[in-house]
This record gives sequence, C-alpha cells and structure tokens, in this order.
Amino acid sequence: MGRWRTWAAVAGILALVAACAPPGAPGSGAGQQAAGPIKAGVLASLTGVSAASGQDMVNGWNLYWKLNGATVAGRQLQTLVEDDASEPNTGLTKARQFVEQQQVDFIVGPLLANIGYAVADYVKTTGTPTFFPIVAADDLTQRARVDNVIKVAGWGSSQVTHVQGDWAYDQGYRRVLTICADYAFGHEVCGGFVRAFTARGGQILTQLWFPLNTPDFGSYLAQIPGANPDAVFVLTVGADSVRFVKQWAEFGLKDRVPLLATETMLDQSVLRSMGPEAEGLISLGHWAEGRPARETQDMVDAYLREYNQLPSYYAAAMFAAAGWIAKAIERLNGNISDRKAFLDAVRRTEVSGPFGQQKLDDYGAPILNVYVRQVERRPDGRLWNVPIKTYENVSQFWTFGADKFLKQPLYSREFQGTPEQLRALGLQP
Amino acid sequence: MRAAALARHIPAPLQLGLLAAALVLAIALPYLTSSFYVSVATQILFFGLLAMSIDLLGGYTGLMPLGHAGVLGISAYTMGYLVSRLRWGWVEAAGVALALTVLVSLLFGFLAVRTRGIFFVMITMAEGMLVWGLAYRWASVTGAENGIRGIARPAFATLYWQYYYFALVVFLLCALALWLLVRSPFGLTLRGIRESESRMRTLGYNVTLHKLLAFTISGFFAGVAGLLYAWYNQYISPSSVHISASTEGLLMVVLGGAGTLLGPVLGAAVIVAVKNLLSMYVARWPTVLGLIFIVVVLFAKDGLVGLGRRGWAAWQQRQQRPVSAAAPGAYPMAVDEERAATGS
Amino acid sequence: MTADTFALHFLNGVTFGALLFLLASGFTLIFGLMRITNLCHGGLYLVGGYIGFSLLVFTGNFWLALVGAGLAIAALGLVVERTLLRQVRGQTDPEVLLTLGLAFVLGDLALAIWGGDPLTIRTPGVLRESVSLFGLTYPVFRLFVVLVGVGIAAVLWYLMHHTRLGAVIRAGVDDREMVDAMGIDIQRLFNRVFAFGAFLAGLAGLLGGAFLALYPGADWEILLLAIVVVIIGGPGSLVGAVVGSLTVGLIDAFAKALVPDLLYFTLFAPMVLILAWRPYGLLGRAS
Repeated sequence: MGRWRTWAAVAGILALVAACAPPGAPGSGAGQQAAGPIKAGVLASLTGVSAASGQDMVNGWNLYWKLNGATVAGRQLQTLVEDDASEPNTGLTKARQFVEQQQVDFIVGPLLANIGYAVADYVKTTGTPTFFPIVAADDLTQRARVDNVIKVAGWGSSQVTHVQGDWAYDQGYRRVLTICADYAFGHEVCGGFVRAFTARGGQILTQLWFPLNTPDFGSYLAQIPGANPDAVFVLTVGADSVRFVKQWAEFGLKDRVPLLATETMLDQSVLRSMGPEAEGLISLGHWAEGRPARETQDMVDAYLREYNQLPSYYAAAMFAAAGWIAKAIERLNGNISDRKAFLDAVRRTEVSGPFGQQKLDDYGAPILNVYVRQVERRPDGRLWNVPIKTYENVSQFWTFGADKFLKQPLYSREFQGTPEQLRALGLQP
Repeated sequence: MRAAALARHIPAPLQLGLLAAALVLAIALPYLTSSFYVSVATQILFFGLLAMSIDLLGGYTGLMPLGHAGVLGISAYTMGYLVSRLRWGWVEAAGVALALTVLVSLLFGFLAVRTRGIFFVMITMAEGMLVWGLAYRWASVTGAENGIRGIARPAFATLYWQYYYFALVVFLLCALALWLLVRSPFGLTLRGIRESESRMRTLGYNVTLHKLLAFTISGFFAGVAGLLYAWYNQYISPSSVHISASTEGLLMVVLGGAGTLLGPVLGAAVIVAVKNLLSMYVARWPTVLGLIFIVVVLFAKDGLVGLGRRGWAAWQQRQQRPVSAAAPGAYPMAVDEERAATGS
Repeated sequence: MTADTFALHFLNGVTFGALLFLLASGFTLIFGLMRITNLCHGGLYLVGGYIGFSLLVFTGNFWLALVGAGLAIAALGLVVERTLLRQVRGQTDPEVLLTLGLAFVLGDLALAIWGGDPLTIRTPGVLRESVSLFGLTYPVFRLFVVLVGVGIAAVLWYLMHHTRLGAVIRAGVDDREMVDAMGIDIQRLFNRVFAFGAFLAGLAGLLGGAFLALYPGADWEILLLAIVVVIIGGPGSLVGAVVGSLTVGLIDAFAKALVPDLLYFTLFAPMVLILAWRPYGLLGRAS
C-alpha cells in the first residue's frame, strides 16, 4: 500500500508542476537589437543523399557575401550553417535549434520538399521569417500558405512545366508518355506538364512512376517502344538523373525518341557528372547558367573562379536569395526586428539577378523567366545549359489565373490535371 | 562475473539517491533552461524508451534486433494516419496503434524467434526493411517520401513543456513496468535463456514461448516510443523507420550498457545530446557515430554503465583494503557458443 | 506485355543480377565461412568504386582501374580483418556492430574525400556501344557485366572444387571443428578469405560505378539487395549466390513494371519467410 501512496504523491506533484507554465515559449526570445550582427540560419543537406546539392547551396550563399562583404546597412551578417542530413526529423530539430537556441533573425533553406513542409509547419508557430529559394513544393505558396514562409528567388514545381506543356504542343508533339519520380515533387512537376499539355489538346499515353534512387531504369525504358509516343517527358533528380540520361543513350533512345527533359534532370549539379550522352538535350528551367546576360555571367564566372565548377540552380538560387534579402534589409536601414515589416520589405523587393528579372506575387511565389535550354559544350570542355528561347514573367498559375487554378487540388499521383479529371471534379478544363 | 553482480558494488541507498536526484532534475528542467533544451530532453525520453525496448531483447534475452525502428514506425504511422487523415481522437488512435504494433510484433516475433544469432539479426533487419518498404512505397496511406504531416498532439500537451511532462510521465510508467518485468521470474528466465538456451530447455522452460513473449513486449514499448516520437515532431516519414534509425537505437543500447535499464537511457542521452548540441562543431557526424560503435565494441563492451561500475569498484578498492578486483564485464549480449543457426 | 518488352525485362533482370552476384559472392564467402554478416561490404563496394574512379582519372586505363580497385579494397580488407575483426572473433553481436560502425565511417569518409556529386565511370570504347539483339537495342556494357559475372563464378567454382584452399573452405563452411582438427591455421584462412571477399567488392564497385553511378547512399542500397541475394541462395553457397542474384535481379525488373507499389515488399517478404523456415537458403544445406 505504502508504495502506491508514494507513487500517487509523485504523480500529484508532477500534475501540480505541470499546471503552472514555465517561462518562455519558443521563439519569444528572438528579435535582435538593431546594433548586433544579423544572424542567418542556413539549413542545407550536407550529408545523406542530397549532400552535393546541399554543398552547392552553402557555396552560393557564401559567394554572395564574399563578393559583397558580409555587412548589410552597417550591420554585420553572421551565417550559421546546419546540416539536416537529407532527413525531415533532423531538419526539424535543426530548425528548432536555429529559432530557440541560436535565435536567428531568419532561416534560409532547406533543400528537400519534405523537409520544407516540416519546417514550414514549425515556423508557422514561431513566426520566424523563413525563405525557401530551393524548395519548390507548390502548396507552400498556394493552398497551404504560411505567411512567414516566402520563396525568395525560388520557384514552383509546376511553374516551369506548365510552360513545357505548352511548348511541347508547339513543337508538334501530340502523344506523350511520362516517366517521373514517384514522390510529391515528381507528381507536381509532371502534373504541371500534363495540365498544360492536355489543355492544348495533347494526349498522355501512359504515366510511369519510379521510386527515388532507382538503380536501373531498364524496366521503364523497355516500355517505351511499345507505346510508340511522339515524345517522352521525364523528371529525375540527383543520381537518378545521371543514370537515366546514360541509360537513355545506351538503350539507343536518344536518336529515336524526342526527350522532354526537366530542370533538375540536366541541372549543373548533375550535368557535371555527364558526358556526350547529355549533349544536345533540351530542357526547360528557371535557371540557365549559359544565359549570356551580364548579371548571370558575372555570377557564373565568380563561382567558377571560387569553386572550379559551374553553379547549379542550388548555388545560384542561394546567391540570388542573399542579394534579395540584403536589398530588403537595406531598405529598412538594417532594422529587421519588426518581423512583419521585414517580410513586407522582402515581398516588395524586385531584383534583376542571375535568374533575370524577378518579383514576388501576392502568394509569396516568384514571377520569373522560364528558359528553353539546350546542353552545349563550352570551349573549356564543360557542359552547360544555353537558353534558346525565353518566356518572361511566368506566374505559378501560368495563364489559368489564380482563382481558377486554386480551385483544383494539388497535383498528385491521382490528380494530374487532365480534362477528364478536371471535369470529374466539376471544374472547367 | 555478470553485470548484475557488479551492480552490488554501488550500495542501494546511493543508487536510490542518484535516481531521486535525476527525477527532481527532470521535473525541474523546464524551469531551469530554455525551450530548446527541453525539446532535446523530450527526445531523450522517447529514444531512451526505444533503446530500453531494444535492450529487453538484445541485453536481457540475448537476441539482438536490427529492425526496431520498423516496429516503432508501425505505431507512429498508424497513429499518424488515424489522427491526421481520419481525424480520430488521440486515445482511440493510440489504442489502435498500440494494438496493431503488438499484433505485428507477435507475427514478426513468431517468424524471428525460430532463429538465433546472426540469423536473428538478419531476419529482424528484413522485417524492419519490410516496414520501411511499405512506408516508402504505399503512398496512399503513408504519404511515401513526404510522410504524414500535422499529427496533432493530445489537447493537454500541445505546448513544448506540457508535452515534455506528458512524455516524462509515460516514460516513467514504462520504465517502472520494465523494471518490474526484468526483476520478475519471467525476466530471470529471459536472462537464463541468454546464458544458456539448452540448459533452460533441459530445465523444462518453454524457451521459444518466452522469446516470443519478450519480442512482443519489447514491441509494445517500442510502439509507445513511436507514439511519443510521432507526437513530438507531429510528423513521420520513411527515414525514421530506415535501418539507419534502427542501428542508431542499437548504438544507444551498446553505448550505455546492454543488459541494464539505465544504460540504454544514458546511451540515448549521449547520442541525442551529441547530435543536437554538438552538430555545429562536428561536421562528420556519421564518422563519429561509426567510431563510437567501434570504440565501444573494442574497448568498453559493457558500455557507460559498465565503465561507471568499474570506476566505482576501483575507487572503493583504493578507499578500503584491496578486495577482489572487479572482473572486466563480459559482453552481455548474445555470445552463443555454437553459433549455429536454427532453433531446432 | 509484348514479347519484346518481356525480353527486355528479362535481360535487365539478368544483367542487374550479374552485378549483384559480384557483390554477393564476396559477401556469401565471408558469411559462409566466418559467419560474419559483413555490413561494411557495401562500404567496401562504394570506396572501391571511388578508388577505381580516381585511378581511371589518373591513368586513363579502365582495366588498370578495375584491377587497382579490387586490390586496394583487398588490402583494406586485410587490414580491417587483422586489426579489428580479429579482436571479436566468434562473437556474433560485436562483429555485427563493428562492421556496422565501419560502414558508417567508410560511407562518410567517401563523402568527405570524393564529395556528393554522383560520379560515373567512363567505360572504354567498345563497352560504350549498344548492340542489336533480336531487334532490341541493348547496351554492350551490361552484357559485359554478365560475362564478368560468369567468369568470376567459374574462377570461384574452380577455386572451391579443385584447390586445396577451396577444400579447406568448403570443410570450414560445413564443419568448423574439423578444420581446426586438421591443424590448419584458421586465422590465416579467415584473413585471406575476408581479403578475397573484399577484392570482389572492389571489382563490383568499379563495375557498379559504370552501371549505376557512385553517390552517397549507394553503399546501403546495394548491400541490402546483396543480403537478400545471400539469404535466398543460402549463405556460403556459390550456386546459391548465382540463383539468388538472378532471382533478385528478375524480381526487381518485373516488380517495377508489374507491381511498382510493392517493389520492396516483393524483395524483403521472401527474405523473411526463407529466413524463418529455411535459414540456409533454398539451396543451402543445414549442418
């Protein structure tokens, strides 16, 4: 009996203690005085499957401050880098660390969409200004908007491929087969293409979905000749891209079937690892390192000098985001303790950077240029993407208009935006 | 000499005193430090619980599982799905999640306890990967790569410190239950099986049934840890149930000291603390993790608890006249002499 | 499924299976004789690939890189066995933990040295081509991997069945005490076998680098598949490794096309069932 009484007492004390709240809620300590350094928390994947692109992110961010000096409006800018190990739970922990322990003024990053969603859910509760130059997940600036999360110098998964659907139809393709990575980014990228392509009257023959990190694409490539498509639309990321492009050539498809390649598939981060099999391929993207404009080539040259590589979109976007944020901080004369004012200043800033002219729409997503890019070999032997056509001022809603577009659900494996699917939902194709 | 025998070197009152001090510290923590450290402490609680559940099998029964993150994942995913997608209440969701975890553990255990040694390691690894495979590919239920978001905590535990106390109470209840369990005749039988399966069989014990029960009970506690885990992050994704997560749990057990209840919690505390607090300074985290594995296996087989005990024994020895030297702790996990595979 | 598609899936399964065999044969040799689940075998594979990549960059000779990668990893295996594994000989769990720790260290050091960009091995001229095979276009390199697999299998078969070393190893797989009783230095035997298994992992690393590319995480992906191969075929069995590799390769190829949602389930579920009922594999013998 005695023992139970002891335990009851312990439980009672615990309940009592829990009843009175300890001081300090997460995030309440943030907001530095105007004099000290501005603290930026950069969240990137430095280990795990996305390690290379994560390193590019940090490189791009650092390059900006190296070229422009790590001071904004008289205040020093201090960068803290944390590795999310390509893993959402670690990413969440690191975001907590930035906000609650380091008390950063803002967070920039991460790389992967699932980490982005997890971090957005968290910073929603703390109000920390958070900038996503890399994470493209559509809903972050559409149906699941978080006020303090802005895609500074970023993009939307389906933003580029809406254009690609239109462009593919213009090239005369009518029957297309799609092969896309089976996760949210893949669903959204593919959905953007299917929505715009079928809206013009194109036909989707089959949609194949492969799991991330597929060692061997042979099984998917084997299904192409039987379907006899006009062109094949493909979305891959990371090492999958290198394998896919290689196997595409090895199976003799490069000369026989037009490939509608996507941005991440031929991004510099993977193009570096490719050879002749990639030359001549055409993709659409919001980044084109071969764009002749001076603001692009200055950045590309500086990056090449510093890191002996051409910048990927991960590097370029972090570089551009740094410039964008710096511009906003200067407009506030360095006083960013009022978070609302800071976020507003970032929203109102327009830039002309390595990506070309960009500004944000009312939903926190950029309105940007989309380039039709062809892989060419530079005189120094490196491969890069050179624009052959530019679509300016492309909205995340393409030409559909925000109101109409937001009525349709998020692109997923089940909803790809075909006319039949739209009609089934009572929407106009 | 076994770890349990060495424990007697530290007198019971001192042990109780240390335990009480730790408890007081745990209760006072939110008043002493910032929200971030309280979050870290919360992680230690559920990872410690997971490590204890692994230890019940690995340390006490001599069956080292390499797929327990998968077991944790079953309850985390089930609860997440019910709460986030079907909008169930937390009590019903937690109940169903635990029931399912126990059922699956029973099935996994039924398949696994037929084997021993290296084959047990492999089969539990495959079972863990089976759960991972489903989490990764069964998109309509698990959300695949994206995971399940917005797993609401119980209404009374939404704030960080409320949740900490909630986790603390659950942790203490589970620790108490495990403490009673390993001291019960059942627990002694498990240790007997670890020492010599054939002897226990000769003595008339139903060894297979005991192993199956140990597996299932361990699964239950891993399931509770899964609930705490999912509520903590309000999120669950395949990487949480991958084999690398299982090995991290195993590392906590080995580092702290297998075959004790305190050891796994200590191990969890060290790993979580290093991962959260030192990561800014330790760029090569996986290397550190791997080196800890190697160093512990080669030089400190009974982990931190064993080190502490030996340190205590050495100190005692210097204080008093020399008593019998403390034997270096034998590796408490399975060292099955025949190393054959099948259990008859 | 048309006949052409079926044939392509079949070829893909066989060629991927051949690559898996290169890794699994080393793994199964070590497992069969030493009863070590060498969880750093994937790490050896990856580091082998990377070393081969660097050798290829420096020398420009694919064949030199291939042999060099194998030998470098064999040397690494020698050192690992002598300095680390020998300390815990005969203890299941410490061996598992030790190789696990090594796997983490190897993977992370590879990332530190070679970076995270996916790297591909450039194959020499003729291997880069494609051939027409009964009206299908198929990469020559994949057929070459099958050839290497067959070659390695033949060499292993000869070693096991026509040399004294092989006789001792076979005896060791079946009955450890007998080898001890024969007065054979089992330490040295273990050391050599481990190094030879590592050599095969190094070879597989370079070929895998050309087949699948090298990148962080490739070590675990391939290791898990190799373990499934070994379990299905039966640990220590050469014929089992051949059958297991082909089975896993074919399951992988057809499951991707037919039941994509259950891809991993179709691999790991058979492994669990076989482990539970026939831990010595479909073809293995119980002792």
